[in-house]
Amino acid sequence: MAKILIIAEHDGTKLNASTAKCVTCARGIPAADITIAVCAASPASVAAEAARIEGVNRVVTLEHPANVHALAAVIAPQIVAIAGPYTHVLGPSTTFGKDLMPRIAALLDAPQVSDIMAVESASRFRRPVYAGNAIATVEATGAGKLVGTVRTASFTAAPAGGAAPVEAMPVAADLPEHTRFVSVSAAASDRPDLQAARRVVSGGRALGSAENFKILHSLADRFGAALAASRAAVDAGYAPNEMQVGQTGKIIAPELYVAIGISGAIQHLTGIKDARTIVAINKDPEAPIFEIADFGLVGDLFQIVPELEKLVGQRAVP
Amino acid sequence: MKRILVGIKRVVDFNVRIRVKPDGSGVITEGVKMSINPFDEIALEEALRMKERGAAEEIVVAAIGPAEVQQQLRTALAMGADRAVLVQSEAAPEPLIAARIFLKLIEREQPFAVILGKQAIDDDNNQTGQMLAALWGRPQATFASKIELTDGKATVTREVDAGLETLEVELPAVFTTDLRLNEPRYVKLPDIMKAKKKPLETLPLEGLGVEARERLKVLRVEPPAQRQKGIKVKDAQELVDALRKKGLI
Repeated sequence: MAKILIIAEHDGTKLNASTAKCVTCARGIPAADITIAVCAASPASVAAEAARIEGVNRVVTLEHPANVHALAAVIAPQIVAIAGPYTHVLGPSTTFGKDLMPRIAALLDAPQVSDIMAVESASRFRRPVYAGNAIATVEATGAGKLVGTVRTASFTAAPAGGAAPVEAMPVAADLPEHTRFVSVSAAASDRPDLQAARRVVSGGRALGSAENFKILHSLADRFGAALAASRAAVDAGYAPNEMQVGQTGKIIAPELYVAIGISGAIQHLTGIKDARTIVAINKDPEAPIFEIADFGLVGDLFQIVPELEKLVGQRAVP
Repeated sequence: MKRILVGIKRVVDFNVRIRVKPDGSGVITEGVKMSINPFDEIALEEALRMKERGAAEEIVVAAIGPAEVQQQLRTALAMGADRAVLVQSEAAPEPLIAARIFLKLIEREQPFAVILGKQAIDDDNNQTGQMLAALWGRPQATFASKIELTDGKATVTREVDAGLETLEVELPAVFTTDLRLNEPRYVKLPDIMKAKKKPLETLPLEGLGVEARERLKVLRVEPPAQRQKGIKVKDAQELVDALRKKGLI
């Protein structure tokens, strides 16, 4: 049997959708027995949410004041202390999981498979390399534990409907004090979360300025869409870093992705190619984005965006 | 000596359009331009700026791999690193082994900071820095877009999914770089000449006493599934009609 421990990602009160995607990945491993670990200062609400995910066998909580912020150096030893019985330790391939899971792997002396996009067996997985321009099938050899991060765009979230037992476990590890949380600056927004959004409107360098980038805001509102940006637009200061999509930013899989003024460097395309439908609006008919777009519209975005807004009319329900 | 250790990896240049070998054993690297991993170049640039501000006295750059990696180490020396160490192995090892090797280099060099790229653009693993920090028992500040050093501590801004997170870590610590930390300098010709005289030491992997058994095996490498090329629409109206027809808006 594969005993799988999934590390929950949460903000202290709500579970991140990435956790239910990890569950779907874990359920692809034959004979999976799935435990979710919730490290928090007060884990009750997050644990209750985790317990409702279908396919989860149990939830364990690790309650400690030091868990008020998710610091890899603090969480890793707690997970290692309870990891004994497990064959696999999984986390999402978000910045939370990317930061944490290799720290756990090293302390467990276990190899890590990053960005799992498909499960072939308990030890064999497919993952993208070279910015998604090649897909590698990797196998972990040896009898030890395996750590993995799950490429969330490759899995749908396991639905609610379960009722797993929740068990509190003592925090038995020495927690370091050498790493301290200072602050997080997150732009307040009532738009859908980029990584969970069904529709995404995304802007590139052709927007030309932070001021111009704002023309996408009302279009995104009409679509009920999250906002995203290419690396070039973020580098130029038109949009904040949390909007960046691509090899080194977020990997997303919305139903609709509207790329506006984005030429489509391979590093960007790797972040969007799981989108169901891709729309590209660009004045350069040779832009590589048109190679993968389902619908391409060649023209001046400053003319097309207001037209689209008018045609789409009332704000959509997200 | 206030020393910073920087790790670099030799990778296929980021401008190269990679091709998968027909036998599925990997990607074609013969005759392909190789460079320093872009994130590692940012790591080196950050170390050089710390030295220029007087926060460090010596920058040691290290890499693991075959003799060809000396080319990238020479480039790093030309950028301004003081000396280079090549841990010679047949190929770049998997991340946990790379982390063990870097731990040995830390024991030798006693740096107050180790700066690595957050990921290599070939295997895209994003593991080595975090693993090294764990083995060393020291803080990690990953995906850094700003690092400020003040007496024995570093205040680091990190690019995270929610926005920008700020951490304070005690030194020594491991830092991994994100793209917006800095813009690496260009190498000038006289620096290339000077770099030829800088020390580049080669250490055989076997002599380090590192457990180097690989546990991850790449069974095959394939090109990704291609998306079907779509259609061009003539104007905004036609686009909206098409999206409505698919029930997308």
